Amino acid sequence: MTMNRQGRPTGVPEAATGGDTAAGPATFTGHKALERDEGLIFEIGSPAVTGVDLEDPGDFETALGGFERTEPMGLTGLSEPHVVRHYTRLSQKNYGIDTGLFPLGSCTMKHNPRLNEKIARLPGFADIHPMQPERTVQGALEVIDTLADWLCKLTNMAAIAMSPKAGAHGELCGMMAIRAALEHRGEQRRTVLVPESAHGTNPATAVFCGFQVKTLASTEDGRVDVAALKAQLGPDVAAIMLTNPNTCGLFEKDIQEIAAAVHEAGGYFYCDGANFNALIGKVRPGDLGIDAMHFNLHKTCSTPHGGGGPGSGPTVLSEALAPFAPVPWVEKAVGGGLRLKATVRDGNTAFGRMTAFHGQMGMFTRALAYLMSHGRDGLRLVAEDAVLNANYVAAGLDKAMTRTYKARPMHEVLFDDRFLKGTGVDTLGFAKALIDEGFHPMTMYFPLVASGAMLIEPTETESRRSLDEFVFAMTKLAEAAKAGETERFDQAPRFAPLKRLDETAAARKPVLRYEPPAPYAQAAE
Amino acid sequence: MRYLPHTQEDRREMLAALGVDHVDALFEDVPANALNADIDLPDHQSEMQVERAMARLAAKNVDAGSVPFFCGAGAYRHHVPATVDYVIQRGEFLTAYTPYQPEISQGTLQYLFEFQTQVATLLGTEVANASMWDGSTATAEAVLMARRITRRKKAVMAGGLHGHYADVVGTVTRFTDDAVTYLEPEPADPDAETQAIIDQIDDETSCVVVQSPNMFGHLLDLKRIAEAAHAKKALLIAVVTEVVSLGAITPPGDQGADIVVAEGQSLGNGLNFGGPYLGLFGTRQKYVRQMPGRVAGEARDADGRRGFVLTLSTREQHIRREKATSNICTNSGLCALAFTTHLSLLGEVGLRKLAMLNHRKAVELRDLLAGVPGVEVLNETFFNEFTLRLRRDAAYIVEALVERDVLGGVPVSRLLTKRDDVDELLLVAVTETVTRDDMETLARELREALA
Repeated sequence: MTMNRQGRPTGVPEAATGGDTAAGPATFTGHKALERDEGLIFEIGSPAVTGVDLEDPGDFETALGGFERTEPMGLTGLSEPHVVRHYTRLSQKNYGIDTGLFPLGSCTMKHNPRLNEKIARLPGFADIHPMQPERTVQGALEVIDTLADWLCKLTNMAAIAMSPKAGAHGELCGMMAIRAALEHRGEQRRTVLVPESAHGTNPATAVFCGFQVKTLASTEDGRVDVAALKAQLGPDVAAIMLTNPNTCGLFEKDIQEIAAAVHEAGGYFYCDGANFNALIGKVRPGDLGIDAMHFNLHKTCSTPHGGGGPGSGPTVLSEALAPFAPVPWVEKAVGGGLRLKATVRDGNTAFGRMTAFHGQMGMFTRALAYLMSHGRDGLRLVAEDAVLNANYVAAGLDKAMTRTYKARPMHEVLFDDRFLKGTGVDTLGFAKALIDEGFHPMTMYFPLVASGAMLIEPTETESRRSLDEFVFAMTKLAEAAKAGETERFDQAPRFAPLKRLDETAAARKPVLRYEPPAPYAQAAE
Repeated sequence: MRYLPHTQEDRREMLAALGVDHVDALFEDVPANALNADIDLPDHQSEMQVERAMARLAAKNVDAGSVPFFCGAGAYRHHVPATVDYVIQRGEFLTAYTPYQPEISQGTLQYLFEFQTQVATLLGTEVANASMWDGSTATAEAVLMARRITRRKKAVMAGGLHGHYADVVGTVTRFTDDAVTYLEPEPADPDAETQAIIDQIDDETSCVVVQSPNMFGHLLDLKRIAEAAHAKKALLIAVVTEVVSLGAITPPGDQGADIVVAEGQSLGNGLNFGGPYLGLFGTRQKYVRQMPGRVAGEARDADGRRGFVLTLSTREQHIRREKATSNICTNSGLCALAFTTHLSLLGEVGLRKLAMLNHRKAVELRDLLAGVPGVEVLNETFFNEFTLRLRRDAAYIVEALVERDVLGGVPVSRLLTKRDDVDELLLVAVTETVTRDDMETLARELREALA
């Protein structure tokens, strides 16, 4: 097979992407029926083409002060039909929730209702400016206020900061509120306790706020070691950061005792809300003694993950932390209606401003539509079905695989690689073989406490039939591994648009943008 | 409930298979006093009911398309082609996760690679990342990155930096030992702003953060500032809040900026009351390992074919944990898709045309408003937004314009909330969506409101 330096086939006859296979000769074009080989926009587009009709600006006296762009940029354009085709082809190389079960633990890949998309696009929400006069955006402020009310009631917490842009931003919000509260008390506590099983964002966020991270010990059953925790508490401990259910999928059953101990020692309790899907409508974190928790609206409240965002991370705060919430927030206006409180002035204890405007409004409308659709009764069912589905999968896989902890899982279940011992197959190969079976892999190698971790979260929007199919595929793969069919795993994925990609080589010599081939570049000079 | 596939029969059978008779048995580890609390919220509603209730809320807002509209200040109303919204609603893009499994995420990874190339090209930088949350948070991340590179603590915020951006930088550095200096705004004098920045640069300076066009719309001589910064081994962080301007003006990277951050909302993304937006982040190749955020890079598959992966993840929180360059995890993937789709449609000729059209309309409006009694235009240079000094309080006038069905701009007092000396200043923005008729309406109503 001949290829140029972009890895694109050159010449016509033997241009096949996969080469000849047992199934017969490769195609001449490199395409495989519906699966198209698609070049970059810089390879298929042209600097002279545009897909937008615009009025000609004409000649006029500019006011650019001599800073006009004079050199060609090097951007290419495509006509509208080819833009549609380009992105349609690219989309066909992606796996989404719409494609199938997406058991990515801790990520809560649930169905994204299309009603939410429709509502977010109403001009009254999509086409309003963040700095319009308040009386022209009363409906938008009401959305924020109503969603805030739902989220506070679902958690039984006193207040909420709506502006954080994503989960990690919400963590930052909560930890900054804690830091501000400590300063207000005149205390210099510097230590934050984080379990080894925590999401990487937790320690990263704590350091961002100027804290030092110490690891919290766990017991052999996968939960926080309460006795060890109590021994670690002291006058320098600012906070603990816990996920509950934790990243092993287990509920921290001593959580109220933990909260009381932390509070008694003068610290605060930050709860990572990534796993709130197990509790929504069923358990209120405020009843467990927490001081702050971020939501991931893109997990729990079904706003789309969009291939990596946008997220949205509203953060609930306890009575103790509420005075330190960042601006802006929505409040009742004197004389009726709502207003946006956006000013930090002297004497105000708000810790600052986290983003230019008011947060992810486009996600708020979607999340509110989701919450209203379910209601109190439906949300409780969400938690129940999420936990039921994870338990059902756990039970289904217990024969074939090795579960890390015996305790009853909540919305996700943790397996490790002990069942692969001696088979020559590792977690990575197992996960890639799952791709060939038509499923997105589970979360791999996280949490760090399990060897070759496989964290599975089916979510409540999967039917029993799709869970059964998944359990069937996993079981057959486990049997194949044990039977020594290593080629199934070594070569996997065999049926994806691409074979396994060499990530190590990519990181060693990073190529982060397209560069035109040399002759082209010379010609342009 | 329409999103939940199980029937009651399914649930019963599944519970039976698990050997329990009630779902609460699955919640056995939850303290009994915290289980099944009564929550004061309404029960479920049909799709039709929810749609009706939400539409009622939407109808309480005045949407920008329904009136003559001149608001900017970091969020701009451009026409987004219908194709863009179609593309981002394809389920394979909309409902995909962060592309950790590259073999079944090439769609996302390829558009991110294309996006990074377009962004680096626009900003005039060697490399760009796969997007940040928005322009303001990207600015704060750039300040932290400059500190990592220079190992110095002093960051200087130009007086023309968007007030909310400066607030975000101040908040993020509040609990670090960074020393942030905020310079005085110079609403009518960009040369004074430039000189004040240069005067602040010393051997302790990590970076200067300079917006151009600045908050008041003036274009600044970034090259001069870059030279002054580099003479002291400090970095220039350039901020762009209206990315369409880069179709008309020399990009900050070409003027010597070391890090360029921008708000990318203007391309592909609607106003959405302030979010979700997307931050653009570009820098020099040599700083790439200090850059925050996700990055897509070229890779080969086992057959030697070109593909793309997320790369340089050893900088990131899920690997480095407390030693990560940033805590950022989720970025703005779908907004980046909207951006890159719109820019692929525009291409070079389209973007240039769009930028010049915006500028021409702004020139037109400047000429119209300059003739209104009680209005002083403060700008000699601008792209599509400029500052007016009004005879009266700008917030009051904006309210008066609402009475006349005009959204007439953003009072500077909403951006510089701690100052009392900017009350008469009004920012007015014009894009390709504004008609001659809209402009004449604004001029007429402003004249009457000021009378």
